[in-house]
Amino acid sequence: MNLTLKIWRQKDSNAKGQMVDYKVTDISEHMSFLEMMDVLNEQLVNSGEEPVAFDHDCREGICGMCSMYINGEAHGPDRGITTCQLHMRMFKDGDTITIEPFRAAAFPVIKDLVVDRMAFERIQQAGGYISVNTSGNTQDANNLPISKHAADEAMDAATCIGCGACVATCKNSSAMLFVGAKVSQYALLPQGQVEAADRVQNMVAQMDLEGFGNCTNTGACEVECPKGISLDNIARMNRELMKAAIK
Amino acid sequence: MGGFFKSSIGRKIAMALSAFFLMFFLIIHLAVNITSLFSEDVFNELSHFMGTNPLVQFALQPVLIFGVVFHFVMGFVLEIKNKKANGVAYAKNNGAANSTWMSRNMIYSGLAILAFIVLHFIDFWIPELNTKYVVGDMSGLHHGEFRYFNELVEKFHSHIRTIAYVLAFILLGLHLAHGFTSAFQSMGVTAGRKKTLQNIGKAYSIIIPLGFIIIALYHHLKYVLS
Repeated sequence: MNLTLKIWRQKDSNAKGQMVDYKVTDISEHMSFLEMMDVLNEQLVNSGEEPVAFDHDCREGICGMCSMYINGEAHGPDRGITTCQLHMRMFKDGDTITIEPFRAAAFPVIKDLVVDRMAFERIQQAGGYISVNTSGNTQDANNLPISKHAADEAMDAATCIGCGACVATCKNSSAMLFVGAKVSQYALLPQGQVEAADRVQNMVAQMDLEGFGNCTNTGACEVECPKGISLDNIARMNRELMKAAIK
Repeated sequence: MGGFFKSSIGRKIAMALSAFFLMFFLIIHLAVNITSLFSEDVFNELSHFMGTNPLVQFALQPVLIFGVVFHFVMGFVLEIKNKKANGVAYAKNNGAANSTWMSRNMIYSGLAILAFIVLHFIDFWIPELNTKYVVGDMSGLHHGEFRYFNELVEKFHSHIRTIAYVLAFILLGLHLAHGFTSAFQSMGVTAGRKKTLQNIGKAYSIIIPLGFIIIALYHHLKYVLS
């Protein structure tokens, strides 16, 4: 298929960017979106132009590295996938596809479609862990009874790959789905209880410090999340913060 | 606890708490007004009670005013903060793909409701305060009769005012369609999974505005057709 691409080009973090049109031809519908971008970049390199910078790593939908806002949606029009798992069969011959970086003040553009998502790392560092002694005297896992229900919910929350689609898609650029998932995966398990109050308070404080917006419960994040992280995690984070505040 | 309401989630919770109070107030307001459809006397009695009872006037009313002012001031503050968090605007953004129109436009339905409240205050509340606390007439009488029902009916003689009220209530319905479950979600209730809660929200956001619309249209049509 032949496509017109409207792509955000920005030389570096200080440069003023703009949308630039490109044509790509003979794109197979079996290609992933990133492979289509590879074809474009090959074309650009061959003609002596600067290739389009975009984030990618595993290309298996599990690392959380690829991003891109495609035709007005994070990771494009398909559901429950990252951009690397988006296939060109989702588009039609002759389509114009708009490709932009994830937008948020807390996710500054580094170059073209690459944004700095280190804010997520700093939120994690503020409390997204448990302090355990791992020096060889680890206790038997079955010593701690955990209900199947709690284990399943914690696992669901832990599937968050930190890609930032929730922030990109949120009209308020709120990071609450990400932080809610990270708070929840520990809040649901006994190992997370000891540091629960500090964790939620510190992670929310860091989230606010990074300049993410305030959630207004539109639910857009849940729809666009490649891992289907539920809004229930935001509700749980709110409960955890209320609990911590009255402690 | 001091830092709690300074955090993004604390503000969200404060927004929800004020919303709960306002939603409770709407039920009371509708319950009083609906009596005007079938009994002039009951409406007058209730209005007189609400307008002169010290507990309502000096305890509930100030809380209500605080609730209204807080809800819209905080709404603006959050909107401005959220806009600042956005960075560069998308060239193409397909909001309809993942969220409802109501949820994305709370600030606009809210602004319309605020404009309505201004009109409503000019219509009823300011004259009421003037009569009671400036003129000092606490009797609720006009020419020896209770004035409340007549004042209400008179306001709905105008086509334009009736249309303005109906439009405002439609926007209130849209605001509530998102706001009701949103407030519960902010308070930590997993609203997404609670079908009953969502249904109550839907019913509330239809019944309350529709009740007010019926009252406005009833009095208007009664006047026009008589």
